[in-house]
Amino acid sequence: MMENNANTKDSPIISLKGVSKWYEDFQALKNIDLEIKLKEKIVICGPSGSGKSTLIRCLNRLEAHQEGLIKVSGIELHERMHDVDVVRQDIGMVFQNFNLFPHLTVLENCMAGPNWVRGIDKDEARDRAIKMLEQVKIPEQADKYPDQLSGGQQQRVAIARSLCMQPKVMLFDEPTSALDPEMVSEVLDTMIELAKSGMTMICVTHEMGFAKQVADRIVFMADGEIVEQNTPEEFFNNPQNERTKLFLDQILE
Amino acid sequence: MFVDTVIEDKALHKPVFLFYLSITVLAIFFAFNFTNTIFGEFLSPVIGVPEESGLFGRFVVSFVLSTIFVLNLLLISFTRLKIQILIVWLELFLLFLAFAYSFDLKLSFIQSRIGLMISKGLFTTIYISAVSIVIATAIAIVGAIAKLSNNGFAYAIATFYTSLFRGLPLLLQVYLIYKGLPQLGFMVDAIPSGITALSLCYGAYMTEIFRAGIQSIPKGQWEASRALGFKFGLILRKIILPQAIPIIVPPTGNQFIAMLKDSSLVSVLGIWELMYLAKTLGQRDFRHMEMLLTAAMIYWGLTIILEMIQARIEKKYQQKT
Repeated sequence: MMENNANTKDSPIISLKGVSKWYEDFQALKNIDLEIKLKEKIVICGPSGSGKSTLIRCLNRLEAHQEGLIKVSGIELHERMHDVDVVRQDIGMVFQNFNLFPHLTVLENCMAGPNWVRGIDKDEARDRAIKMLEQVKIPEQADKYPDQLSGGQQQRVAIARSLCMQPKVMLFDEPTSALDPEMVSEVLDTMIELAKSGMTMICVTHEMGFAKQVADRIVFMADGEIVEQNTPEEFFNNPQNERTKLFLDQILE
Repeated sequence: MFVDTVIEDKALHKPVFLFYLSITVLAIFFAFNFTNTIFGEFLSPVIGVPEESGLFGRFVVSFVLSTIFVLNLLLISFTRLKIQILIVWLELFLLFLAFAYSFDLKLSFIQSRIGLMISKGLFTTIYISAVSIVIATAIAIVGAIAKLSNNGFAYAIATFYTSLFRGLPLLLQVYLIYKGLPQLGFMVDAIPSGITALSLCYGAYMTEIFRAGIQSIPKGQWEASRALGFKFGLILRKIILPQAIPIIVPPTGNQFIAMLKDSSLVSVLGIWELMYLAKTLGQRDFRHMEMLLTAAMIYWGLTIILEMIQARIEKKYQQKT
């Protein structure tokens, strides 16, 4: 029953109900409710320390939540689950610091996932990797090692690496925060194209231009809570909460 | 290493330093008194019979020696770095040879025994060390993973093991294993128990090296692997260890070099390795020094070869990353 629900068009691919998380005594997430539908693009923003990275890292269980319910394509994430890796294979994640494998070439980075855990043979994995590298517009770097690339190029490889797993959802954890300013746009362009292709995306980012252009919904967090969520238009033009207004004032100057 | 771009004046080229250095060296040579050595004989035209030359002779000898010493330093300081290193190496080696020569060695005695020392002794030493390092490496990988795991049994066993085997002198371990195992009903020969002792002891040290190497890989590598759905064993094998190995290799090389020489401790079990032969071959003829120095040179030569191999491996890994 559950499974069927998850697969129908309008039911959420990710749902959170009353999710709370603590680091020792500090409560990082407070009673979060959130539903994300297939093909939806969500931008999560908020001041630093508001729990947005923690939230996104809970969605593929890189972090554990202590209370509440998280479901990804109908499968509940909890500490005793045996198939967490199956869920993770369907969720791509892009990190602030790229986290490419430095001992593997760009191509090998992209082939690793499909070849090692999806059971796809090398030739097919290579074809797919090249296709994805073309999609992020760096096929010519395939045989280089990550440290020979610029930050922007590395992040695009990281996106390609995730896409090679053919995920249902992509998580972006501040993908442009570690980049030099002139490289931000090349990564954002890649993400915008990905959004156009219909990918379900959840992005933690401070790039408000990107949010305006791409997001179906903007989720604003502060102190571990979702303070406000709305369409970009409403969010920027007609913020409801005082904290949202303050944040927008600061970030838009 | 970062070499500063500012060149400082050489201390040796400062007169004040040179003066104090000369005084100090002179005092040291004077204190050690080389009058009754070959140097005194050499200077006998000036000081007469060395034994009767008294304080004058002692001063002249130490003055001449210290002058040669300081002049030597000064001359070397004007050459290029590579030449300096070469000359200093050569001079120290000559001093070592002079030290060996002073024992009035009988070369024919060495010649007649060196065949056995190499064919039997060197072979056994290398055999024991090589087998032990392979076993120790295997132990170290398992130990390091156990120490990093959150399995209570694995962690407890690994920490107890490293604590015990790092906490006992190797010689004691050799005795305990050789004499202890038969009492438990396991009859073991000298060589297997020697290898066991070396493997367990070095496995304990290398466990720490491997653990530190694995831990030095950034957390992001684990996270990225986990996010792709990789399992623990796969991450370790394909992502973490390949990156940890360049970090692990240099200290492991050191361990191997150290083990090669510590393998001499198993000579107490009567194994015919280098050290045992060095002790016993010279005994009957009271030619201890010949055999000990021969063994010393073999150990040293072996170590130099290993250091060169280690340097080459390190270089290879540096190019790759």
